[in-house]
Amino acid sequence: MTVEGSSLLEIKDLARRVRIDVLNMVAKANSGHPGGSLSETDILAVLYGKVMKHDPSKPNWVDRDRFILSKAHACPGLYAVLAETGYFEIQELDTFRQIDSRIQGHAHIKTPGVEMSGGSLGQGLSFGVGVSLAVRLNGRKSRTYVLLGDGECDEGQIWEAAMSASHHGVDNLVAIVDRNRIQNDRWTYEVMSLEPFVDKWKSFGWHVLEIDGHSIDELIDAFETAEKTKGRPSAIIANTLKGKGVSFMENNADFHGKAPSPDELLKALKELGSEDM
Amino acid sequence: MTDSVSTREVAGDMLVKLGHEYPDLVIVGGDLNKSTFANKFQAEFPERFFDFGPAEQNMVSVAAGLAASGKIPIVSTFAVFGTSRPFDQLRVGVSQPRLNVKLILTHSGLLTAEDGVSAQSIEDIAIMSALPSFTVIVPADGPETEHAIRATVELDGPVYVRLSRPATPVVHQNKYKFQVGRAEVMKVGDDVTIVAYGIMVNEALKAAEALDTQGISCTVINMATVTPLDKEAILDSVTHTGAIVTAEEHLLQGGLGSMIATLLATNHPVPLEMVGLTGYAESGKPDLLLKKYHLTYEDIVSNVLKVVERKS
Repeated sequence: MTVEGSSLLEIKDLARRVRIDVLNMVAKANSGHPGGSLSETDILAVLYGKVMKHDPSKPNWVDRDRFILSKAHACPGLYAVLAETGYFEIQELDTFRQIDSRIQGHAHIKTPGVEMSGGSLGQGLSFGVGVSLAVRLNGRKSRTYVLLGDGECDEGQIWEAAMSASHHGVDNLVAIVDRNRIQNDRWTYEVMSLEPFVDKWKSFGWHVLEIDGHSIDELIDAFETAEKTKGRPSAIIANTLKGKGVSFMENNADFHGKAPSPDELLKALKELGSEDM
Repeated sequence: MTDSVSTREVAGDMLVKLGHEYPDLVIVGGDLNKSTFANKFQAEFPERFFDFGPAEQNMVSVAAGLAASGKIPIVSTFAVFGTSRPFDQLRVGVSQPRLNVKLILTHSGLLTAEDGVSAQSIEDIAIMSALPSFTVIVPADGPETEHAIRATVELDGPVYVRLSRPATPVVHQNKYKFQVGRAEVMKVGDDVTIVAYGIMVNEALKAAEALDTQGISCTVINMATVTPLDKEAILDSVTHTGAIVTAEEHLLQGGLGSMIATLLATNHPVPLEMVGLTGYAESGKPDLLLKKYHLTYEDIVSNVLKVVERKS
């Protein structure tokens, strides 16, 4: 079954369930990266719930659209959306970071639906360029969506990839930057200045859209505009909140790579309206 | 006198030939395509050739994306740039997911024109052999390169092929058949085993000839597939000869000599001597470099004499 045509409410509910899954997974593993998983959730829900052509029963379907998680530490969000859309059983999320599991601490291709092994930042956009070139060579219509972290854009390889994507004119490629403004240690502006960020992407030859990364409507519009853009790749700078949806995690660098305590988990699940507490 | 053939040019021609047989074959180039002869493929299949400039990290990850999408990507640049610069991309992006990326890299080892130490890839065998998914192949001459390039394209999995800049003396007849992972016993003798790869194979054969006149009979093994090592061939040979000398245009640490030392120590200890580099070199003409850094047949001869002495 191809997932398409979901209503706004369905996408919002998918996002809510993904956030609940993320918190449960990270809490159970007592490790992992909740902050960036929560900031990217609405992007994932729009892609998997509405925008992408994909078939959870056939993860290797040749004409699927590809989603590439370059910031592979934010895999709890990806695993949750894959499970919620039917790539594997939701119960398997309980095995996150456990021995003998298919769902690893950083995204790895052994998981059904995961397109790229990552864990060292900066490689996903290049990988996406390769995928997009292959699709174009094969005369197929698939699109490639690469999710980058904003802190990840400190990596020089991102800009090598950005330059090459516009040079080779891959217009089936979309980079989405989860612009949550917090990286591992602290605010991105304190670690390494990215601004003028939109101008940087523009100057590298990209069609750039800057949106609210938690607005389902703005996300859908941006992906539609990107699809209509020919001759060059599109970058969507999605302004987000680290830890979005859980009050004490929002804009809090402490939850970049730290699991919530049992008490914090209960509080977070309550805020997200989980019935299962 | 044997003929010399440029293995990188053979590889460039072979990729054009294979390009006709394999429509999914593509090349990712790094602004050295005239030197690697990837420009031949570029001329024949412009739509399947992608230049990325000297940006090796991007090149390798792009190749990973192409491989994940069913293409057979060849990464074409110099050995030193294609192994050490993108090592992290090779490790996380190619080796860990075991993607079908092929590095066909030229200007390896010491012989990089007079470019000097920065251009000399003398650590590449060690670092590429440390990646569990990679097969590492070093052809000795033109005929072997032809076979090795075909085998590389046909093999499902990541491969590093290490080629030289200068033309290499031909040591194989046309009927020779290369097999990935199988050592080639080029000459059988009783007193000592000499194992070499790449440009050192010809030196090993010359050494064996010189030692014959001194009454020392040598087995010469061409270890064209360095990783995975053909352990059986080594153990079989040393069981007969009882002594071994390795020869390589690479650092001793992490090279073939180290791998064979480990194999012997854990299976069948016999006296071992190693010909190879112990540190960085410098700019210079090829023959002078090889002489100064002890990579000639004379160095193999002196190490054979030493190892034979140790047998008694």
